[in-house]
Amino acid sequence: MLTKNAAGVKARKRLCMTVNGRAVEIEIDIRESLLDVLRDRLQFTGVKQGCSVGECGACTVLLDGTPVNSCIYLAAWAHGKTVVTIEGLAQDGKLTPVQEAFVDEGAIQCGFCTPGVVLSTTAMVDSGKCFTHDEVRRELSGHLCRCTGYQKIVDAAERALREAETAADEHPV
Amino acid sequence: MIGASSIRKEGRAKVLGTAIYTDDKFMSGALHGLTVRSEVPRGILRAIHFGEGIPWEEFTLVTAADIPGTNLVASVVDDQPFLVGIGEEITHSQQAVLLLAHADRHLAEKARRAVRLEIEELPAVLDIQSSLDLQPLIYGTSNLLKEIRIAKGDPDPIWAQAAHVIEGEYRTGAQEQMYIEPNAMLSVVEPKDGLLQVTVWGSLQCPYYVHGALKQLFGLPEKQVRVVAMEMGGAFGGKEDYPSVNGGHAALLAWKSGKPVRLIYDREEDLACTTKRHPSRTRLRTAFDADGNLLALEADFILDGGAYATLSPVVLSRGAVHAAGVYRCPHVRIHARAVATNTPPPGAFRGFGAPQSLFAMERHMDRCARKLGLDAVELRRKNFLRMGDTMATGQVIREDLDLAGLMDRALTAIGYRDKRAAFALTNPEDGPIKRGVGFSVFMHGCGFTGNGESHVASVAGVEGLADGTVAVLAASTEMGQGKNTVFAQIVAEALQLPVELVDTAPVDTDRVPNSGPTVASRSTMMVGRILEDAAIGFKQALVQQGFLAEPYTPETFQAAVAKAVAALGSLRCYGQYHRPPGLQWNDVTYQGDAYPTYSWACYAAEVAVDLDTYEVKVADFVAVQEVGRVVNPTLAAGQIEGGVAQGIGWGLWEEVTMQRGRMVNNQMTNYIIPTAMDLPRIQVVFLENAHAGGPGGAKGIGELPMDGPAPAVVNALENALGALRLDEVPMTPDRLLERCEEVTHG
Repeated sequence: MLTKNAAGVKARKRLCMTVNGRAVEIEIDIRESLLDVLRDRLQFTGVKQGCSVGECGACTVLLDGTPVNSCIYLAAWAHGKTVVTIEGLAQDGKLTPVQEAFVDEGAIQCGFCTPGVVLSTTAMVDSGKCFTHDEVRRELSGHLCRCTGYQKIVDAAERALREAETAADEHPV
Repeated sequence: MIGASSIRKEGRAKVLGTAIYTDDKFMSGALHGLTVRSEVPRGILRAIHFGEGIPWEEFTLVTAADIPGTNLVASVVDDQPFLVGIGEEITHSQQAVLLLAHADRHLAEKARRAVRLEIEELPAVLDIQSSLDLQPLIYGTSNLLKEIRIAKGDPDPIWAQAAHVIEGEYRTGAQEQMYIEPNAMLSVVEPKDGLLQVTVWGSLQCPYYVHGALKQLFGLPEKQVRVVAMEMGGAFGGKEDYPSVNGGHAALLAWKSGKPVRLIYDREEDLACTTKRHPSRTRLRTAFDADGNLLALEADFILDGGAYATLSPVVLSRGAVHAAGVYRCPHVRIHARAVATNTPPPGAFRGFGAPQSLFAMERHMDRCARKLGLDAVELRRKNFLRMGDTMATGQVIREDLDLAGLMDRALTAIGYRDKRAAFALTNPEDGPIKRGVGFSVFMHGCGFTGNGESHVASVAGVEGLADGTVAVLAASTEMGQGKNTVFAQIVAEALQLPVELVDTAPVDTDRVPNSGPTVASRSTMMVGRILEDAAIGFKQALVQQGFLAEPYTPETFQAAVAKAVAALGSLRCYGQYHRPPGLQWNDVTYQGDAYPTYSWACYAAEVAVDLDTYEVKVADFVAVQEVGRVVNPTLAAGQIEGGVAQGIGWGLWEEVTMQRGRMVNNQMTNYIIPTAMDLPRIQVVFLENAHAGGPGGAKGIGELPMDGPAPAVVNALENALGALRLDEVPMTPDRLLERCEEVTHG
C-alpha cells in the first residue's frame, strides 16, 4: 500500500473509495485533502474551494451520507467510504426534488455555495427526520452565502423537506 | 416576460455542478502563479533576495523590469503600478513586487516564502487624520486623491439665526465583499498569425476594464487582447477594478513562461490584498427652525482612499451626491475628500460611497429628532423631498415622489407604533434583553454619476442564431444578480417572444460589444434600455428584408430568424446609449442631474440587545422600496434580501482589523459575515412606479438595499438603549459595551 518518496518518507497511499456510485482507485499523497483529490485529480469541479479552513461549506460532499467539509478532510480518511458530490445527484439529467426546489425558489444566485447547500439539504431530506424552521436554519448555518441573505435557500430546503414528507406519507416504505 | 419571475437561465447548470468558474476550467500544462508582496506599509524597494533550497531555474519569475508595455494599471487615474521595481516606492503592505509560477503548486508556495525583500522603510500614513495633517506627505501635494464641493444657496448666514443647530460626527469601517469564490484568473499568451495574442479568462465584472488594462500593460492594439468572463461566484464590486491588477499579473506570467498560468488567490490573500469598502468619517451640521424645518446642511465627508486613486474619485462622487439624503433643504454645502493612506486601496463595494454618507445622514436625523423633541417619523415627514423640489446639486425632482407613503408602509408593516409603545413598557423592567425599533429613509442614484453614461456610451446588441433563437450581445456579466435572465426577459418582451427563445451570448470581448462595466445598478436600467432598442431594430430589419411579416407567432419568428441567418450568414443589430433630452450635468461645478433617476426606500428594523453579552439580534426587518417596474420579482427580492444581509453585517459584525496597514483578521474564521442563524425573515415590498427611461419602466436595484440597513439597525439600538454615542459601524459587542460604559461612567 505505501510507497516512498525521494526522501524515503512514506508519503503516498493507494486510496479506494466510491465516488458518485463509481469505484475509484488512485494513488494519493497523504497530505492531500479530499477536496484536492476530487477537484484536481478526479475533475469533480462542482466541489468548490472557498476558504480552505472549513468555514464556508462550499466544498461540502456527502461521506457515507453525512455532509463534511472536504477541504479539511484528508483524502486518506475516505478510504473505503462512499462519496457523493453535486455531480452525483441528478440521474440522466433529471434533477432531484432538492435541486428542483433550489432552482424554482430562486435560491441560487452566484451559485458558488449552491453545491454544498444542496448536498446538506439532501442529507436532511434523506435522514427522514422532521426539522423545525430554526433547525433548518441551524443545519444550514455551516454554509456561507453572500448573495441571498439565506431566505430563499431556507424556503427551498423547507419545500424539499415538506415534499419528501408528503411523498413518504403517500408511499410509506 | 417583464414582470414575470422567469427561472434563472443558468440555474440548472449551477445546481448540477456543471457551471464552469475560472478555477474549474481545465488547461493542460498550466503553471500555478503566486504573488510576492511587501509586508511593510511604506518604503523603498532595495533588493529582492532569492533564498536557498529552491530550484529557481525551474521558475518563471516576473519583476517590474520585465513589463513589456506601461507599468501602470489603467483606471480613473493611472497611478498604480502592476509591480514595484528596485529603487521604487512601496506604498502599502500588500504591494506586489514579484510574480512567480511553477507547475507544482506546493513548491511554488515554498518558493514564495523563500523570497526576502530588502526594503528601506519610510514613515507611513495609516489613518484619515494623519493624512489630512500631511504627517507625512505621501501623495501629490496634499494627500488628496480627489476633492469635491457641492453648493446650494449659502448656509453661512443661517447658523446664527436658526432656532437649532445640531452637529454630529459619524464613522464607518471598511467592509469586505466576501464573494464566496476568491479572485481567480487564467491566462494564455501565444502568437497567433504571427502576432502576440493575450487571453485572460477570469472572475471579473468588467471585461473591457481588464481589456483596457492589458492593452496598456503589453502595449498591444485592441485585436490582440481577449478577455472572457467565466461564471462568477459573487463580486459585489470586489471584482470591478481589482481584476485589472490580477488579470495583468496572470498575463505577465503566461507571457514570460509561454504556458497557461492560473492565478487563484486563497482566501487569506484575497482578504488581505484586494479592495474593500472605503472607511469614512462624516461631520454634519444642520440648522432647523422652531418647527423642525431643515434650513441648512453642511457635510464634511471623507473617505480613506488607500495608497492609489483606483475608483476613489467616483466612489467619493456618489457618496457626496447622496450626503444630503432625501431631504429638502434650501442651503447646502458638501465638502468631500478622498485622502491617501499607506493601506491597500479600497474600491467598489455595492453602494459605492452612498452607504457611508447615508449612514451619517440617517443617524443624524434620529439624533436631531431627539434633540428637537420631535418624533423621528414626523421630523422626516416634514422635510422629505417632493416633486418639484431641488436636491443639493440643483437637480429637480420630476417624478411623483411619495416618501411619506413609503415610510408609512414600512412602519405599518413592522408594527412600529405598537412596538415602540410596548418596548417603552418592557425595557425598563429587569432582565438583560432590551428591544428597539428603528428605520431609515434613503435613495440610490441609478446608473453612473453625472456624465459617466455619456463617457462610456455603451453598446449592446441582439444576434439571430442558426436555430432561430436570439442571443443577447453585451459585456455585462452575470455575478449572481440575474443579468442573464433579466436581459432575456427584456429582449423577449420587446420581440414578443417566450423567454426560452432568448439567451445571452458568452461574455467574450471577441464576441460582445462594450456595454460598459457591470456596476452602479446600471445593467437592467441602462443596458436593458439599449437592448430594447436593439431588439426592436432587429425585428424591423427582419421585416424590412422580407424575412418576417407581422403579426407573427414565436414559431414564425424563429423560422424567419433561421432563414435570415442562413441567407445572410449573420444577423446582428446594435443599440447605443444616448443621453435622454433634458439631462444636464457639470463635472466642474457638480451642478445638474447627478442621476437620470433614483430608487427610493424605507427600511425598518427591530433589534433585541442582550446586555449580558452585548450581542444584538435583528428580530424583524422590513424593506419597502420604489424601484420603477420590477422586471423579475423573484430575482429582485433576492437582490434586496442579499443586500439587506450585507447591510446588517456591515452595521453589526463585519470589522476589518488593521495593524500597521495590514488586515490581520483575513480569514472567514474571524471576519464575521451573517449565517442563516443570524438573520430574521426579511419582508420585501416593492411599490412600482414605472420610470420612463428604463426598459419596461425599470430602475436600478442592486445597490439600494446596502444603503439602509445599517442606519435602521443603529437607530433601533438607540430606541432600545437610549441616547448613547451610536455614531459608528460596525456596532460590535465590544464597541456597544464601550458606548454603554461612557454613559454609566459619565
